[in-house]
Amino acid sequence: MAEKLRLAVFKFASCDGCQLSLLDCEDELLAIADAVEIAFFLEARSQQLAGPYDVGLVEGSITTEHDLARIQEVRKSCKTLVTIGACATTGGIQALRNWANVDEFIQQVYAHPEYIATLKTSTPASQHVKVDFELHGCPISKLQLVETLSALVRGKKPQTPSHSVCVECKKRGTVCVAVAQGIPCLGPLTQAGCGDLHMNRGAICPACNRECFGCFGPQEQVNGQSLMNHYQEQGAKPLHLVQLSRSFTGYAPPFRATSEALESGEEAP
Amino acid sequence: MNADSQPEERTIEVKAISRVEGEGKLYVKLQGESIEQVQLSIYEPPRFFESFLRGRQVHEVPDITARICGICPVAYQMSSCHALEKALGIAISPEIRLLRRLLYCGEWIESHCLHIYLLHAPDFLGYESGISMAVDHREAVERGLAMKKIGNQLVEILGGRAVHPINVTVGGFYRAPSVRDLKALLPRLEWGLEAALETVRWVSRFEFPDFPVPYELVSLKHPDEYPLSDGNVFSSAGLDVPVEEYETHFQETQLPHSTALYSARTPGDAFYLAGPLARLNNCYEQLLPTSKRALEESGLRFPLTNNFHSIVARAVEVVFAFEEAIRIVHSYQAELTPSRIPYEIRQGEGCHATEAPRGLLYHRYRIGEDPLIAEAKIVPPTAQNQGQIEADLREYLRQLLSLDDAAIAQKSEHMIRNYDPCISCATHFLQLTVDRGQDPASPKSE
Repeated sequence: MAEKLRLAVFKFASCDGCQLSLLDCEDELLAIADAVEIAFFLEARSQQLAGPYDVGLVEGSITTEHDLARIQEVRKSCKTLVTIGACATTGGIQALRNWANVDEFIQQVYAHPEYIATLKTSTPASQHVKVDFELHGCPISKLQLVETLSALVRGKKPQTPSHSVCVECKKRGTVCVAVAQGIPCLGPLTQAGCGDLHMNRGAICPACNRECFGCFGPQEQVNGQSLMNHYQEQGAKPLHLVQLSRSFTGYAPPFRATSEALESGEEAP
Repeated sequence: MNADSQPEERTIEVKAISRVEGEGKLYVKLQGESIEQVQLSIYEPPRFFESFLRGRQVHEVPDITARICGICPVAYQMSSCHALEKALGIAISPEIRLLRRLLYCGEWIESHCLHIYLLHAPDFLGYESGISMAVDHREAVERGLAMKKIGNQLVEILGGRAVHPINVTVGGFYRAPSVRDLKALLPRLEWGLEAALETVRWVSRFEFPDFPVPYELVSLKHPDEYPLSDGNVFSSAGLDVPVEEYETHFQETQLPHSTALYSARTPGDAFYLAGPLARLNNCYEQLLPTSKRALEESGLRFPLTNNFHSIVARAVEVVFAFEEAIRIVHSYQAELTPSRIPYEIRQGEGCHATEAPRGLLYHRYRIGEDPLIAEAKIVPPTAQNQGQIEADLREYLRQLLSLDDAAIAQKSEHMIRNYDPCISCATHFLQLTVDRGQDPASPKSE
């Protein structure tokens, strides 16, 4: 029998929600543990086997000098590096600091700011090392995680959807909140993947009668400014649209460009 | 031992504390029988939630605060919704309140079962993880995972997603859960109640170190119900005040040699215990009949002062959560209308505390004239327990001195896991160093 694939899970600045998705695979967890060797996964086990690893899952963003060095080490120890979740793939919610004065942030929270060592930015792993595959989501979908792991076990490239949240709303029969209720929604720009796509339960927010706020990050090559112009014509306030596009995946380039253009008052060409 | 020889110096390091949420490390220095240094370093990077909440819109807050923690997002959403509702003068309906309690039951079930079965029980049975424990205790681990799944399903039905729910908002829910979806869950909830009782029996048979600590026990307390989303701030030392007075009696301080914020009682700067053991001690009377019986049959006797029993306390609370969930689902007869109370956003200030699985979670917000969030204050349960964890460690180490270093490290980790610490939640923590040689009990702010 071929040797089992050696899996490692690493955490950077994050809420643990994406690595929790692995433990949330209640029906599959023990099967996964049988199929791969979980060599390093601090949240789940005390055993810590040294690298090299076949697959490394990285959760969280890079926010300290220490983590900047650590991501290089993690990269060296993993044959395939997969970043999981909005923090690891886009810098996450803590990337809001990238538009702010971090020194002020520190002073607001700490009586002794001089003890706090942090970078002025929160960035995705891919800005520092080569990443082989990215799983989007805040949090990731556990189904996508299981599919990714099984693809890697079989030596295949994982497949994840590349269409927009809007497609999922149509498949599910959700009435468009933007068209019918005039609620600015990021669905047209956002990659599908939230909810359970197999059960036609994707696009969870519009199904709850509210806007998509971009948990799964922007699709490639979207025209965010054009959509924002449309929402402004419908009466939406620029501040609201800046904040809508600047949240959990707001530092991903297409969303970043969208919110920065809104702030500077640019119109789409 | 040769009387002339120097006492042996030993250092013990746990470079990465495992089976906790978030990242921390432990450094202990011993000189013979004397405990020279205990450093619990939490190297989780700060994420600045309180800072970047400023300037955001009111309706965004529950979506943002959920991201503080992947394991207890509901707690953050609930504390922030209630606090903002007070700031805005919104009175929610009894039905919304009840559904929020139900959502909270789901979170207690998934979080407690994760901790009991995958993180904590392996300490008692001699395994390094739930995964290796499953080799010999497959049935138990499968039971734990099945219960956890039901908790997640409950959160999904009400919250739209198990991790970082999206259906929760200031004023209620974006969409009311369907009566049919909730009723369909009843057989699984009934199964879960039995499995939870079995869990209490299972963990009650574990061997517990003898480690009584005279804790000050802090939790919410409500006259009519076991505390989830409401109640006075109550302490076994005699405090019983509305949550608006929380900051008068509790204060966060930063130690001179650390970058961590501690929560301590004022005046006196004493540490205290929050979480399941505190709740059971303070609110035993409000348990429902089955969970009350489960506690009696567990063999635990009041006062509960040994935190190694926290695993039993958690199991009893899982019984309660299933029992309460069944009660609420039975009472949910017609779909909620409106699913959220309409409101105008205006200037104001409000605070609220709820009971996260790990303990009391306090939020306060001020809404400015703009009207955007002008100030946010969040005191997570692990920040509240942090001082007590270290005090426990110092005390527990005395029992461990005769052991080898590896055993001391392993048992210290076990002690820390009694608290189910949620380090990512405690966004204030960073590089914590404790040296209380001069004054063993008190954190001092400068």
